[in-house]
Amino acid sequence: MENLLEIRNLKISTLRGRQKVLLLDEVDLNIPKKCSFGIVGESGCGKSITANAVMNMLPYPLEVSHGSIRFDSRSGEVDILKLDKKALRAIRGQEISMIFQEPMTSLDPIFTVEMQMYEALSFHHPGMSRPQMRERALEMLHRVNIPRPEQTLTSYPHQLSGGQLQRIMIAIALINDPKLLLADEPTTALDVTIQAQILRLMNDLKEQNDTSIVMITHDLGVIAETCEEVAVFYAGQIVEQANVMELFHHTAHPYTLGLLQAVTSLGSETRMLYTIPGIVPPGGQWSEGCRFSDRCSRCTDRCRQAMPALSEISPGHWCRCWLNSEEVAQ
Amino acid sequence: MKKKNAPVRNRALPGNESLLRQLWSDPMGRAGMIGVGMIILLAVFAPWIARFDVGKMNSKARFAAPNATYWFGTDNFGRDIFSRIVYGARVSIVVGVVAVSIAAGFGYLFGLIAGFFEGKVESVIMMVMDIIFAFPHILLALFIVAVLGKSIVNTMIAIGIVNIPVFTRTVRASVKTVKSTDYIANARSIGLNRMNILFKHVTPNILAPFTVQATLALSGAILTEASMSFLGLGIQPPDPSWGSMLSDARKFMEQAPWMAIFPAVFIIITILSFNILGDALRDVLDPKLKL
Amino acid sequence: MRDYIIRRLLGLIPILIGISLAIFIIMQLIPGDVVSGILGIEQTPELRAMWEKKLGLDKPLVEQYLSWIGKAVTGDFGESFRTGAPVFPEIMSRFKISAELAIMGCIFAWIIALPLGIISALKRNSVVDRIVRVVALMGVSIPNFASATLVILFLAKGFNYHTPVKYVGLFENIGTNMEIMVIPAFILGSVMAGSVMRMTRSSMLEVLRQDYIKAVRAKGAPERVTIFRHAFRNSSIPIITLIGMQIGSLMGGTVVIEQIFSIPGLGQYTLTGINQRDYPVVQGCVLFIAVLYVVVNLLVDILYTYIDPRITYN
Repeated sequence: MENLLEIRNLKISTLRGRQKVLLLDEVDLNIPKKCSFGIVGESGCGKSITANAVMNMLPYPLEVSHGSIRFDSRSGEVDILKLDKKALRAIRGQEISMIFQEPMTSLDPIFTVEMQMYEALSFHHPGMSRPQMRERALEMLHRVNIPRPEQTLTSYPHQLSGGQLQRIMIAIALINDPKLLLADEPTTALDVTIQAQILRLMNDLKEQNDTSIVMITHDLGVIAETCEEVAVFYAGQIVEQANVMELFHHTAHPYTLGLLQAVTSLGSETRMLYTIPGIVPPGGQWSEGCRFSDRCSRCTDRCRQAMPALSEISPGHWCRCWLNSEEVAQ
Repeated sequence: MKKKNAPVRNRALPGNESLLRQLWSDPMGRAGMIGVGMIILLAVFAPWIARFDVGKMNSKARFAAPNATYWFGTDNFGRDIFSRIVYGARVSIVVGVVAVSIAAGFGYLFGLIAGFFEGKVESVIMMVMDIIFAFPHILLALFIVAVLGKSIVNTMIAIGIVNIPVFTRTVRASVKTVKSTDYIANARSIGLNRMNILFKHVTPNILAPFTVQATLALSGAILTEASMSFLGLGIQPPDPSWGSMLSDARKFMEQAPWMAIFPAVFIIITILSFNILGDALRDVLDPKLKL
Repeated sequence: MRDYIIRRLLGLIPILIGISLAIFIIMQLIPGDVVSGILGIEQTPELRAMWEKKLGLDKPLVEQYLSWIGKAVTGDFGESFRTGAPVFPEIMSRFKISAELAIMGCIFAWIIALPLGIISALKRNSVVDRIVRVVALMGVSIPNFASATLVILFLAKGFNYHTPVKYVGLFENIGTNMEIMVIPAFILGSVMAGSVMRMTRSSMLEVLRQDYIKAVRAKGAPERVTIFRHAFRNSSIPIITLIGMQIGSLMGGTVVIEQIFSIPGLGQYTLTGINQRDYPVVQGCVLFIAVLYVVVNLLVDILYTYIDPRITYN
């Protein structure tokens, strides 16, 4: 396989009453090896459930109704959605790891950090001795810059701060040298100064390892600091995808533009916070035309009637908008 | 100010009409409402529904199996079991409602006082509640009746006292939550006095948990009464009680099983209906707890 | 940890004083008075005076209370009005029987309720889940005395089977003892089973939604580790609270069950005392059961601290 992860035609649905409602609609994604890939969008646009589907961990009643997720595992190419439980467990935590938005609730409150780190090792290396596990755990805590690792090992989660807990989560996620790290809003719940530290840490770790990172966030600022390639999600679809420089400098989709304007830059203190009017339409209430049409300031009749396709507007830059395809056509 | 109050009002008990409609639309809620409704109808219209005088003995018709005249058969005195069941519903409901009213009334009062005035008053009230709580329910009720004497009034008082702490705790907890929200401070800042705040703001907000609690307490009270009567320490003859009917039936179980089956079935249906209704009510009024 | 336990034990003292005061005050409410209760119609002024002196009723209330509680602490609960036998040894010997019944009831309840509650939560909205929920609702809604009567009726009519009438101790003949105890214990446990099932289900569902369960799965944990080591241990905290509270109704339940199945336990003793207006027996039994209940709840609280590290000992 050329890429590390290839998502094809992925559709995810949920149950609302007895009705099946689509939440993710034919998403295609390629995550290259040794790449940091950003997925950005407002909440409810389908970015988190995509990550959960990659782990094959969708919570009930969500389910994948169509598509494939091919992954280049150590034992060859596999479709994650077709793996049996045992093979799936071997991949989770060893080849693909995940960190979550809320570090305060991501560790089991009734066990020590030590036990939860050893657990991640012992699931995949049953023969490992306690001193070996301790050595590895301490090494990981050093790498994520935890002060006094020995003491931290014997602590319970409630005795540690959010920033420390997220470092520990990262340490646990990387303890088995995974090929892919899914980071679902890893800094959202943290204080701004801690956010920057965690992002720097993730960048450093990416340099040191061969791990690819998928960074899921609603904050383009985070993307700018950490990612090479970006996909913008809206209402269960990809609306724009490009190299990070290209996306920031030649923004094509009005939604991306809105997200960019919503980012407060530290330089301009007095600027009003820009918000895109309206909310993401929930699954089942998508318009037949362009799904962003209700909120778009440049919306035309055509946008309301037919959905634009995701088309390549310049090499490696894809966009789902009638404005661009018209420009291309002209 | 009005805007601040609005969301809180919405969280309070919805209008009766919409509450009933919501309950009805849920299958469990509907089952509970039908069950409870039937028992209440039996209780209210007992004199019209019963086919015979409750106390009327008929020595010629002792131990009659269920038949066209005696739908549920007769007991060892030749009394019509159907009629006794119907009047038994009345006794159950009256004892339950009075006992829960006693408990809810005092619980509400103590809870409001404890929650609102805090400090020493609160510690003393809660200490007393903890002490009542330290006795197993039925044991305390039996103890009170043993001391005060067996009678329907004492049964109601005993069951009422035993249930006070649950209401006190519910009300106190709600008062504290409501107190900590902004709009009480707002109400104070615009010069409403404490009593006004109490009734205007706290009361509608605690109605939801209070209603759920009352429904569940009602089933508990009916159960306690039936257990006490079963043990011979609740409702005294000649008043019919499902508990004492079931207890009397044990002596004649082999020859007249219907004497046991009908009261048992009615007790079970009643408690079950109240519990189902209580669950459904909690789901409607307090969606946070729904899982 | 030890300090915490000591502090909790000290905290018990005001509650115990409160309980004994409550019992003492309620005893004062007896209509008429105890002596006329004992003497009935045969009372003469001389007999009255003799009994009042014997029971210490001629002294002020405070003194009466202190003397009662002082003796109670040393295990002297007075003598039965009816038999003249000391109450405390009788309570202790009967308590063993009730304890056996209650412990068996608890074990039945947990063996049934915990696995079913877990399965019900894991298979949410499935047929199994629906059945478990109905069974649990029946458990909490069918009163002990009703199910006991129906079971006895069913066994008698259907199998011509009657439980042994004469009680045999556990150490005299374990087989007969079990034959006597199993059905009552099962019925006694059914209410607890129902509520524990409901609590296990809702608590498991709550925990299973938590991030840390997702995180454990993401580490590649086998399902049994996720469910037992993480989900169930976390869910057990509210379940234990509920069990602590349920123990009270279990103790109350023994009064009813022992009466129905003629088991000579503490509940039956209490009830006999009540029916015979044997006040030292009633007072002693109520005090004993209430203290026991409070102590059991304290043990439950201490058990918590072993499971949940978040509870601070301060």
